[in-house]
Amino acid sequence: MCLAIPARVTTIGPHNMAEVDIMGVTRNVSLDLVPEAESGDYVLVHAGFAIQVVDEEYANETLELFKQLDIVEPEDV
Amino acid sequence: MDLSTGFRDPDLAARLIKAIHDTATRPMTLMEVCGTHTMAIAKYGLRGVLPEDVRLLSGPGCPVCVTSNTDIDIAIEFARQPNVTVATFGDMMKVPGSRSSLSREKADGRDVRIVYSPLDALALAEGQPDRQVVFIGVGFETTVPLIAAAIKRAAETGLGNFSVFSAHKTVPIALGALVNDPEVAIEAFILPGHVSTIIGLEPYRFLAEEYSVPSVITGFEPVDVLQGVWMLAKQLAEGRADIEIAYTRGVDPQGNTTALKLMNEVFEPADAEWRGIGIIPGTGLVLREHYAEFDALQRVPVSPEPPKENPGCQCGEVLRGATLPYECRLFANACTPEHPIGPCMVSSEGSCAAYYRYTDYGKS
Ligand code: SF4
Repeated sequence: MCLAIPARVTTIGPHNMAEVDIMGVTRNVSLDLVPEAESGDYVLVHAGFAIQVVDEEYANETLELFKQLDIVEPEDV
Repeated sequence: MDLSTGFRDPDLAARLIKAIHDTATRPMTLMEVCGTHTMAIAKYGLRGVLPEDVRLLSGPGCPVCVTSNTDIDIAIEFARQPNVTVATFGDMMKVPGSRSSLSREKADGRDVRIVYSPLDALALAEGQPDRQVVFIGVGFETTVPLIAAAIKRAAETGLGNFSVFSAHKTVPIALGALVNDPEVAIEAFILPGHVSTIIGLEPYRFLAEEYSVPSVITGFEPVDVLQGVWMLAKQLAEGRADIEIAYTRGVDPQGNTTALKLMNEVFEPADAEWRGIGIIPGTGLVLREHYAEFDALQRVPVSPEPPKENPGCQCGEVLRGATLPYECRLFANACTPEHPIGPCMVSSEGSCAAYYRYTDYGKS
């Protein structure tokens, strides 16, 4: 029930409401909890509200870190 | 491209699995607190790729599952009052209380509506001014700020026919109660990603400092979960107990300060009854005096009959990690997602439902 899905903010309208794109689907969500969100940002959407601006830089850093790990030999798994 | 794709990359998952096998050199019991983790772990078959003696127990992090029969009975009683519309998240509909469920009440002609957002409940109230719309507030810190925002909007617009039954719960203190349970012996926690998006890292600090239990805040894609397990395995191998964040893209160490402020403006801590655990002081939330007029219990007084439990259901033990779903005698026999006997089989993220849907029930 605590699922939140990444979505990209497309337009910000009146009353803190914004249009977001969730994998091609357009939704209206409230930005009451993330007043700092801007058009083009990724946000986490939960039950009609954006609850966090996603840090894309951290996302990429994390992925880069794992690319440095040894690859698994198939017989190890 | 959507942001999550990289975190489903099988190549990265394979690298992390290798890292876990290299690091986890002794048996360890981890608990994934959050129901959304339980679901992700079952769906991607992650138990099967971990070292055999890394045990993952599912915890009490499915809000619907931990809601007590007392509270479910109250929600049902609201639906039975004249001129009341009950608005609820879909997960609550089929959850059996002592004698009925919201979906049974709806089938009997009561006005029960499923809403996707608390804002939809506000719109319902605006659209039918002659009816009282009671929103069933179930959820953890992820959800509470949204409901606080809805209450605040109702207060600002003078919406007099909207109220909330607050059966919300907060997570960190409840984990302290689980750590104290000698029957379960949890060595480390996979902490919920989106609860932590709101509350940040600080409220968990006592787990490391008082109980020496390493804990990592983890996201929900397969690579995220593996990263969380790897970081815990490292802490245990190094004899450390820290609170760490694996899910850095979604969690700020401070949490969401706007959301926390709003939550504290509208709600204050109270005691809460958790299914299977009992009353845990300070883990519930009630409306503060200033917003008390939006408290459904004050708006529409109800007095349900005393609650009773289904004697065969072991959902309470399952929620503490003391019993595995398939160890319940009713699992997959009398109790299935179509005919759930306990809430752990109803909610899509309940442990019993996750085991039923995605595993061979632990028979192998
Ligand atoms: S299988 Fe059904 S009856 Fe058994 S513990 Fe789970 S929900 Fe309860």
